Amino acid sequence: MINNRENMSVSERLISSRQNRQLDEVRGRMIVTACALIMIAASVAITIFLGVKGLQSFLVNGVSPIEFLTSLNWNPTDSDPKYGVLPFIFGSFAVTILSALIAAPLGIAGAIFMTEIAPNWGKKVLQPVIELLVGIPSVVYGFIGLTVLVPFIAQFKSSGTGHSLLAGTIVLSVMILPTITSISADAMASLPKSLREGSYALGATRWQTIRKVLVPAAFPTLMTAVVLGMARAFGEALAVQMVIGNTRVLPESPFDTAGTLTTIITLNMGHTTYGSVENNTLWSMGLVLLVMSFLFILLIRYLSSRRKV
Amino acid sequence: MSIATEAVMKQEVYQVNGMNLWYGQHHALKNINLSIYENEVTAIIGPSGCGKSTFIKTLNLMIQMTPNVKLAGELNYNGSNILKDKVDIVDLRKNIGMVFQKGNPFPQSIFDNVAYGPRVHGTKNKKKLQEIVEKSLKDVALWDEVKDRLHTSALSLSGGQQQRLCIARALATNPDILLMDEPTSALDPISTRKIEELILELKDKYTIVIVTHNMQQAARVSDQTAFFYMGELVECDNTNKMFSNPKDQRTLDYISGKFG
Repeated sequence: MINNRENMSVSERLISSRQNRQLDEVRGRMIVTACALIMIAASVAITIFLGVKGLQSFLVNGVSPIEFLTSLNWNPTDSDPKYGVLPFIFGSFAVTILSALIAAPLGIAGAIFMTEIAPNWGKKVLQPVIELLVGIPSVVYGFIGLTVLVPFIAQFKSSGTGHSLLAGTIVLSVMILPTITSISADAMASLPKSLREGSYALGATRWQTIRKVLVPAAFPTLMTAVVLGMARAFGEALAVQMVIGNTRVLPESPFDTAGTLTTIITLNMGHTTYGSVENNTLWSMGLVLLVMSFLFILLIRYLSSRRKV
Repeated sequence: MSIATEAVMKQEVYQVNGMNLWYGQHHALKNINLSIYENEVTAIIGPSGCGKSTFIKTLNLMIQMTPNVKLAGELNYNGSNILKDKVDIVDLRKNIGMVFQKGNPFPQSIFDNVAYGPRVHGTKNKKKLQEIVEKSLKDVALWDEVKDRLHTSALSLSGGQQQRLCIARALATNPDILLMDEPTSALDPISTRKIEELILELKDKYTIVIVTHNMQQAARVSDQTAFFYMGELVECDNTNKMFSNPKDQRTLDYISGKFG
């Protein structure tokens, strides 16, 4: 075809080049669409699979969903087995909320320091710190918690080791700190310069500007950062499992041992038989986790729809 | 009253004496000498990059927020050199309101926007704040348009309304001076006219400095005009005089549209 090029008329040449370009367009679009479809298919498949598996304990094995969600008694190996997972739901929420309470003020304050107080060297120092915190594998966090935090907490307890809700909370708060800090810093940095100018021109001090203009303006995004951190805390298993003690009773204080949905799943998934009632209830816990993460996503969507600037 | 006696009676608010400014190595303002008089409108004109925005930002020291800025010379405000003397910058900016190119209301309610200045300067009394907000909004002729929705977001206002709100916000701290940095450059002709009418009303109570790239605007609203070119103050004179009979060839070229 190329050899004939000179013999072709102008209109023929135009048509052939257009055909080539269109082929290119179609190919590119197909590749990208296929990738997107794979992603969608994977997440839909996981959701359906988890839904089916998670409902089996209720539909096939006859475990009461109300008992499952509200009973404090988890004893699947008893001759009269009990499948109440409320202690673990409580444990998951407790570590999530407590770690967010620690990490949110720290992370948001760090973000303000980075963007408003010391934008030059603050960013240079904190940025690598945050990246480092992200890069540390969760097993290392758990290991450090186990060797440093757990013996330390034991000193404040009358008996037993320092495995506790508190240890899990502290480990998690360090783990979610980078998420909260980096998203908060982006939120603060993306505020228009005109807001700062407007406030300073009225004679406001830097702190007044931060407190009364910048933080309120960025508030929905700061909350998104906290919710993303909480979602990570809710789903984290390994590091928590190493320090929390993994007991099946409701903790009475932060110094007590506890269990979370994720730690109980990882601990028991290996030694239960596939298809058994206990195994199926573990899938049900997984379903609870999935429903929770959907709720977190809904919350984030709601918050981002309220963005002001 | 003759022009000569009027000139004697005029009260200087700013007296700029040999002021220089550098951004790093770049000499952006070169030996500026200029007086700004009470209850007058002073227009600053000149082509882009001539230093007019930089100049107006020195008047309330906002320029010091820019990194690597160096200032020298005298900038006398009510008799004290605010470049040398230790001035209370909070108090200075309370007395010198500023309005920017584009309306920049905070993402808060209309009421909270206007009440922001008085609040940061310590006014807590609700009734007092309400009075200030009402008065400031009336001063910019926005009150009738927004009095029923003071607690809705300021971002729901139109561009022209937002700019008038920002002027009201600046007036709420009860300043002596109003600095306006191209306040109508982002507005439509009708909103622009409203702001210009406002400027003429406000000059009874305030001293106004306005930067504009629009020479007709300078001619319409100002008493004295300063023409900046490449960091120099080329000419500063009574507006009518300058537009009818400029002294410097560069001024003539600029106002007759030969460059700009």
